[in-house]
Amino acid sequence: MRDVAIVSVAQTVHRRAATELNEVEMIQPVILEALQKAGVRKGEIDFTCSGSSDYLAGQAFSFVMTIDAVGPWPPISESHVEMDGAWALYEAWVKIQTGHADTALVFSYGKSSPGDLPRVLSRQLDPYYYQPLWPDSIALAGLQARAMLDAGITTEAEMAAIAHRSREAARSNPYAQLRGSASVDDLLAAPHLSDPLRRHDCAPITDGGVAIVLAAGDRAAQWADRPAWIRGIDHRIDSHNLGARDLTAAPSIGLAAANAGVANGPIDVAEVHAPFTHQEVIVRRELGLADDANVNPSGGPLAANPMMAAGLIRLGEVAQRILDGSANRGVAHATSGHLLQQNLVAVLEGN
Amino acid sequence: MGNRVAVIGVGQTQHAAVRGDVSLPGLIREAVYRALDDAQMTMADIDAIVIGKAPDFFEGIMMPEGYLAEALGAVGKPFFRVHTAGSVGGSTAIVAASHIEAGVAERVLTIGWEMQSCSEAMWALSFPIPFQQQLVAGAGGYFAPFIREYIRRSNAPDDIGVLVALKDRLNALKNPYAHLHEPDITYDSVKESFMLWEPIRYSETCPSSDGAIAMVLGSESVAEATAAATGVRPAWVHGMSMRSEPSMASGRDQVSPQAGKDCAADVFAQAGVTDPRAEIDVVEMYVPFSWYEPMWLENLGFAAEGEGWKMTEQGATQLDGDLPVNCSGGVLSTNPIGASGMLRFGEAAMQVRGQCGDHQIDGVRRALGHAYGGAAQYYAMWVVGADKP
Repeated sequence: MRDVAIVSVAQTVHRRAATELNEVEMIQPVILEALQKAGVRKGEIDFTCSGSSDYLAGQAFSFVMTIDAVGPWPPISESHVEMDGAWALYEAWVKIQTGHADTALVFSYGKSSPGDLPRVLSRQLDPYYYQPLWPDSIALAGLQARAMLDAGITTEAEMAAIAHRSREAARSNPYAQLRGSASVDDLLAAPHLSDPLRRHDCAPITDGGVAIVLAAGDRAAQWADRPAWIRGIDHRIDSHNLGARDLTAAPSIGLAAANAGVANGPIDVAEVHAPFTHQEVIVRRELGLADDANVNPSGGPLAANPMMAAGLIRLGEVAQRILDGSANRGVAHATSGHLLQQNLVAVLEGN
Repeated sequence: MGNRVAVIGVGQTQHAAVRGDVSLPGLIREAVYRALDDAQMTMADIDAIVIGKAPDFFEGIMMPEGYLAEALGAVGKPFFRVHTAGSVGGSTAIVAASHIEAGVAERVLTIGWEMQSCSEAMWALSFPIPFQQQLVAGAGGYFAPFIREYIRRSNAPDDIGVLVALKDRLNALKNPYAHLHEPDITYDSVKESFMLWEPIRYSETCPSSDGAIAMVLGSESVAEATAAATGVRPAWVHGMSMRSEPSMASGRDQVSPQAGKDCAADVFAQAGVTDPRAEIDVVEMYVPFSWYEPMWLENLGFAAEGEGWKMTEQGATQLDGDLPVNCSGGVLSTNPIGASGMLRFGEAAMQVRGQCGDHQIDGVRRALGHAYGGAAQYYAMWVVGADKP
């Protein structure tokens, strides 16, 4: 395998509704910032890959218009996934492994504000048996949280503590949407939103995006003083069938973590893509993180959750801490679909 | 270049306007099982699955990979979804092949599909305000002006499109999987069909289809072992490439886009092809509107600028011509959008493997699969051949 590293990261200042911006206007400055941080001109990028969703944009082939954000003229070698940008990064990593590219630009974005996101996400479900019931993403997560509470795997107090810790951590993240939290006692005094979930248990609805520059070998060393090398990366999927799945586990995370080599060294920082508090408990267990692990110092998706970007942002947050020297080895996790169905795990290292 | 890659299994559905006899997973599995049977494999043998389809709105399932994980044998495996507009079927095959080339997988299942009967594709492709001015209805309305410009520049006779449509629909009669089987079609019936988007007549435009195609791709060792077991030779990937350009840019030529030229130059360079007309034996190109055959012949370098229509008129692109194009009947006879590009790639591989039955060309050593999408701005191509590269 070729050595490939993240050499720069840029993201939007995430917010509830970037009403005055279209997708191109929202993501183009971020792409430019990522290139500038690496000191790279557009023409030095061999491959470009992005992630977005037509269902969020409300338009078929919506990415056809947003490709204008990279100014693909003269023509470029380019691809797009209808997945979180973490998978766009995976495609770019594969492309670099083939030897057809040494450098790549990866970006993803999502504007959830135009629609009713929990209901939009219900359109991800089995169209014959689940979709007609319109179970929204929060109701489904509530089923999972209830299963975990019943199994004694977590408590509502632990869930509130995760929310509190995440949003307090986000105070030092200038890109976060929600910064700071009421006390755990105050959180637990709030009414249920979708029993047993309270509002604090749910990620906010966010408009935003992220861009990352990848480079192989010597090029990475030229473009960053301390590249964040991708030492392992893998993704796996679990069953969609709610009745057949153990909702309290996500074996695809454990499988991807084993293949990515999470356990092969100490973990200085973990950024996990758990849009609901109780899901962090599952992800930590599947990744095999220690109880005192440094999880989501950015605040994680509970502080900002731009759809299609929040997973790639996890890779970016770990990479940024390696790039700036505050961490040496970290794990990033991205998820897709409901209830942690599909997962990607990457291990990044400074040395 | 990385590791060698070969096509070792191809399967497609019976394509039709409405496949009301199967669910969406049932439709896709029809193609998957045929591809796995062709490779003498089962789902358990597959390391990774790469899927592609056109917009999720067409079937009303957002990011359907989650729903399809079990039906496609993906649980516990890497399951990847590509979306690059009309070229997606080709792009998906390339991303799948890249997994093997990169050494991250040995056996990859790749699938493209569309069940267009679930929705109304023409209006789905008519971008509403605020995304675009409401000027056109359907892809034909978008492309018709560029076809007219091609005719003006090349001084082509006005019936070249008729000849392409007639050829492709007659070829489709030799392809049992094709959606349109029109045994009574004639030159006059095409020419007398009603005008949809001048100069594109009804019989010169693609249908809207339900259908799927799947391919099993293997590494060198897997391909050789499979060939020994099945007795069917692999179609080795000699080159593959993708290119994109903006919908609108100052100086952009929409008649013969630069991204198409660049993509062709790249894929032929990888394959060591210096004279495409002489060295490529058969072409499956993405021709959703008849006139795109001569336009792509020029864009791909098979003919000089302004000369592509002469190849069509002289019969060079017919089954018995020196460069048969779309022996399967092409997109003009079968168009499940998300599958259409992969059908081109798959049919090219089938020609190399000698699996095309009545539309097989004798002695194919090298074939080109071509797909395009968006505002003729996304390109995916591969060259597959009988010889190990």
